[in-house]
Amino acid sequence: MKANCWMGKRKLEVRDVPDPKILNSRDAIIRVTSTAICGSDLHIYNGFIPTMEKGDILGHEFMGEVVETGSAVKNLKTGDRVVVPFTISCGACSMCQRDLWSLCENSNPNAAIAETLMGHSPAGLFGYSHMLGGFAGGQAEFARVPFADVGPLKVPAGIPDEQVLFLSDIFPTGYMGAEMCNIRQGDVIAVWGCGPVGQFAIASAKLLGAERVIAIDRFPYRLQMAADKAGATETINYEEESVLERLLELTGGRGPDACIDAVGLEAHGPAAIYAYDRAKQALMLETDRPIALREAIIACRPGGTVSVIGVYGGLVDKFPLGALMNKSLTIRTGQTHMHRYMRPLLERIERGEIDPSFVITHRMKLEDAPKGFETFVHKRENCEKVVLSA
Amino acid sequence: MTTATHEFTGSGRRHADRLNEPNGGRSDGRGNGQRSSKGPLADPVRVARGLGWFSIGLGLAEIAAPRRIARMIGIDDDDTNRNTLFAYGVREIASGVGILAQKHPVTPVWARVGGDMMDLAFLTRAYGSSSSQKNRVAAAAIAVLGVTVLDVLTGKNLSRARQSEHEEGNGVAPKQGHGVEVRRQITINRPAEEVYRFWRDFENLPQFMEHLESVQSLGDRRSHWKARAPAGTTVEWDAEIIEDRPNELISWRSVDDADVPNTGSVRFVPAPGDRGTEVHVELRYDPPGGTIAAAIAKLFGEEPGQQVRGDLRRLKQVMETGEVVHSDASIHRGMHPAQPSAEPMTEGAQR
Repeated sequence: MKANCWMGKRKLEVRDVPDPKILNSRDAIIRVTSTAICGSDLHIYNGFIPTMEKGDILGHEFMGEVVETGSAVKNLKTGDRVVVPFTISCGACSMCQRDLWSLCENSNPNAAIAETLMGHSPAGLFGYSHMLGGFAGGQAEFARVPFADVGPLKVPAGIPDEQVLFLSDIFPTGYMGAEMCNIRQGDVIAVWGCGPVGQFAIASAKLLGAERVIAIDRFPYRLQMAADKAGATETINYEEESVLERLLELTGGRGPDACIDAVGLEAHGPAAIYAYDRAKQALMLETDRPIALREAIIACRPGGTVSVIGVYGGLVDKFPLGALMNKSLTIRTGQTHMHRYMRPLLERIERGEIDPSFVITHRMKLEDAPKGFETFVHKRENCEKVVLSA
Repeated sequence: MTTATHEFTGSGRRHADRLNEPNGGRSDGRGNGQRSSKGPLADPVRVARGLGWFSIGLGLAEIAAPRRIARMIGIDDDDTNRNTLFAYGVREIASGVGILAQKHPVTPVWARVGGDMMDLAFLTRAYGSSSSQKNRVAAAAIAVLGVTVLDVLTGKNLSRARQSEHEEGNGVAPKQGHGVEVRRQITINRPAEEVYRFWRDFENLPQFMEHLESVQSLGDRRSHWKARAPAGTTVEWDAEIIEDRPNELISWRSVDDADVPNTGSVRFVPAPGDRGTEVHVELRYDPPGGTIAAAIAKLFGEEPGQQVRGDLRRLKQVMETGEVVHSDASIHRGMHPAQPSAEPMTEGAQR
């Protein structure tokens, strides 16, 4: 089959590789009909995620048709149309049973590496380094899905791929980001980053009843999408004005009730701060650039919540712990507990409350995956989201 | 490694036992390596601590800035080298933590010696590579050699310090040599009876203990064990159960002239908050070749603590999900990209 393989930093190749096989009795093999490039794939592309190997198949947002099931999979049959969550969860460990699916204790066969770095290992992920399992990803013609009796969500035939594909990651991720803000009536939410996850965080904050949602980015087309499609009530271009001053102005000096970091470890910011963190990264004094997160903590109103859904990998420098403590802030974060959100969000799509396809700007063939990454990483042609089809 | 684990390490317990003896507070200052010998390495524990922090610093650097390190030591800044440096970084941190977490870090210091060997092997290969900067590689190798000498001296001093402690101890020490002792724990979301029952049938053990080829029950309390040893060899021994408290504890030991004399025990404790069963494993064995061989084996992925941790993780997978969980990469020994493989998976190929 054809698959998009990581061949080194900023080097991808669509190669012919063997077809996947059932390795465990609870596996299913999916013929991928649609798959997408995630912003977090760009961290791999740019070489910020350790333990990648040449030949690793990328991709953790995919859906398709079941073509084979392992002997223990009773709920799926050949021909079923499914969306696959990016986190792999067994459903049987105490974390899964406590609804903390992205912390599954059984799905990472390479947990030892993660334990060395983080104390404990999170769940295994598709196509996201050997530290997180060494699972082949879904930017391929076929994919093996472990614990297929627990993860994949069946979707009805009537809804096009583009409307349900993002149930695989970015819609639930943005939604969890908003849910963690514990939104109450009258709340003002600020969202850093208007990539696809940021767009869904904005849309979800609105769905969850936020009074106002303020979108922050530096690309006018992304701010435009946030305002026109996701429902942001105000936008701030941080290259044109001071985020902190503007947020105070928009909230009568209070600051946002909750702040969502939908940016993560490759943040950009005002030139001087960006240069500082980029230099620190280069000099091995930090692995992640927490520019958006720092600003979110400083901006947040006392007693408010900072919700972190942008991906971080290691260590950061100049973390405003004093502000966090003295302002009684709550930080909430995590990889998305996918299985918690997929079905309720499918229902919202079915009821017409949201059409997630609004983020798609580029449609390509799987063979063009390298070009898709290139376009996305440089934000060419106002790129927001690339969907690849088989 | 937590403080709690630390208190239970062999040397820690021996130390505590000694303190409980009437003459426990002997004032010769031994035990912590504060011996009266002269010279800069007089206190091997202190030197070891320094080496531990050095390991952590170097490890962090290798993980955070493999590119810079690659340039510094004159090797190619390619993905293979970066991944190798990352793996070495993880190893350095683990060995540093190992040293700092133990009162008598004999094994971790010898592990550093093994690590030095790996570094030297890596640099030798790099020196032979046409694209490396030979003068930088050579300088790095000399630096590593210097550290190796310090590691060996410290290891020897620590071993000697612990040997004398053994000799004056009260018989807690194993019969032969120092032995390797491993304690690991995992919580399994199943009732204690179920986990106990599974473990009590020793023939189940190879399902999750990677190094075991087979265990054959020889009737009531005896069993025959066959294990894969480093370098493609196998070792076999007979074991007998010395204690069996249903749903609580099983302990066993090798009998007769086992190649690798060993003892083990597993305790099953109900986990608080309805979280199943805590499984506490304790193993002790005398590896062929002694502590140094064990330390070097450790560097090549045979580290017993990690091994037992992996075995327990697989036990948890089997108990909770019904089987050992595989990924496209994990079914292969050694490195393999995360993509399906052409060959059908065979029993032997599984880790």
